[in-house]
Amino acid sequence: MVTQITSFGRSGLYDWMMQRVSALVLAVYSIFIIGYLLLNPDLTYEQWSGLFETTSMRIFSLLALLSVGIHSWIGLWSVSTDYIKATGVRFFFQSLCGLVMFIYVVWGVQVLWGL
Amino acid sequence: MLVSIYRYNPEKDDAPYMQDFEIELPAGKDLMVLDVLNLLKAQDPSISYRRSCREGVCGSDGMNMSGKNGLACITPVSAAAKNNKLVLRPLPGLPVVRDLVVDMGQFYKQYEKIKPFLINDTPAPAIERLQSPEEREKLDGLYECILCACCSTACPSFWWNPDKFIGPSGLLQAYRFLADSRDTATQDRLSDLDDPFSVFRCHGIMNCVNVCPKGLNPTKAIGNIRTMLIQRAT
Repeated sequence: MVTQITSFGRSGLYDWMMQRVSALVLAVYSIFIIGYLLLNPDLTYEQWSGLFETTSMRIFSLLALLSVGIHSWIGLWSVSTDYIKATGVRFFFQSLCGLVMFIYVVWGVQVLWGL
Repeated sequence: MLVSIYRYNPEKDDAPYMQDFEIELPAGKDLMVLDVLNLLKAQDPSISYRRSCREGVCGSDGMNMSGKNGLACITPVSAAAKNNKLVLRPLPGLPVVRDLVVDMGQFYKQYEKIKPFLINDTPAPAIERLQSPEEREKLDGLYECILCACCSTACPSFWWNPDKFIGPSGLLQAYRFLADSRDTATQDRLSDLDDPFSVFRCHGIMNCVNVCPKGLNPTKAIGNIRTMLIQRAT
C-alpha cells in the first residue's frame, strides 16, 4: 500500500472511477455542443444565451465544468508524479494546477449564472 | 554480422558505451542470441551477462535485443537482428551492475510486496487442500511467470515509479493468488493494492503483453484485479 495525500480521492480505485465517469460526462457534453452547433447553422446570440438560461443546461454545464476540474486534476497529478521527482517542485506544480482548476470552476459558475 | 553490445564496468569505465563486434555466423543455422553472446565471450571474456538453463525456463538472460525485451536463449538472431545488425542492451530502467547484468533488487521488492505465497487461515487438512479442475484452470496463464523482468522493464510506469508501482510481473502474480481458491487472504490482498500507484499506475499500454517470452497477459490480470476492486467497493 502506497500512501498518497495529494491524489484526488486517496484511493486508487476512486480516482480511476472518477477519471472515467468525468470522461464520460465530457464526451456527452462535447457531443451535445457540437451536435447543437451543427443542427443550428444560423445560430443567433438570443438563441445561444437562451440555451444557457435554462436550468437543465446550467446543471449540465456545471457538471461538465466540475468534470473538467476532476479529470484534469487526476490526469495532471498522475503526470506530475511520473515526471517531477523533486518533492518541492512537484508540490508547487500540483498546487498551481489545483488553483487554476478552482479558478476555472468559480469563474465558470459566474459566467453560467451571469453573476 | 555486426553485434553492438552495451558495455559498462563501474570499476573501470566512467560512463557506459556501445562496443561493436564483427562475427562470422555459421551458415545454414539460425542461432539464438545467447549462442552469439557465448561466441563473443570466447573472443572477449570480459563480456558479462547472466544465463543458466539456456532454454527459456529460468528467466536469467532477459535483455533488450534491438529495442525489444526478451530472453536471449529463445530469441533467434533472425528475429532480433535488424539490417544484419544486432544491438544488445541490458533491461531498461534497472541499475546496471556490469554490461548486460542488471540489479533486480527493485523488481524483487515489488514481487515481495504482493506476498507471493498461499495464505490460508483455516486448519490444514490431513493430506492437501483440494481444488476442482475448474478452480485450477483459473491459474492457467498466471502461474507460468518465470520472473525474467522483461515485462516490468518494458513498462514506462515501472520506469518512472519502480518503488511504488508493482509492475506487470508482480501484478500478474498478485492476481495468481487472488484467483486461487485455496487462498483466504483475498480481502487483505485487495486492500493492499487499492492506492493510486500499486495497480492504478497501469495505463493499459500493453508493452508487457508485447514482450512476455512466455506469452502471458499481465494487462488482462490487472484488469481482473481492477474488476475485483470495483466489485468489492460498489
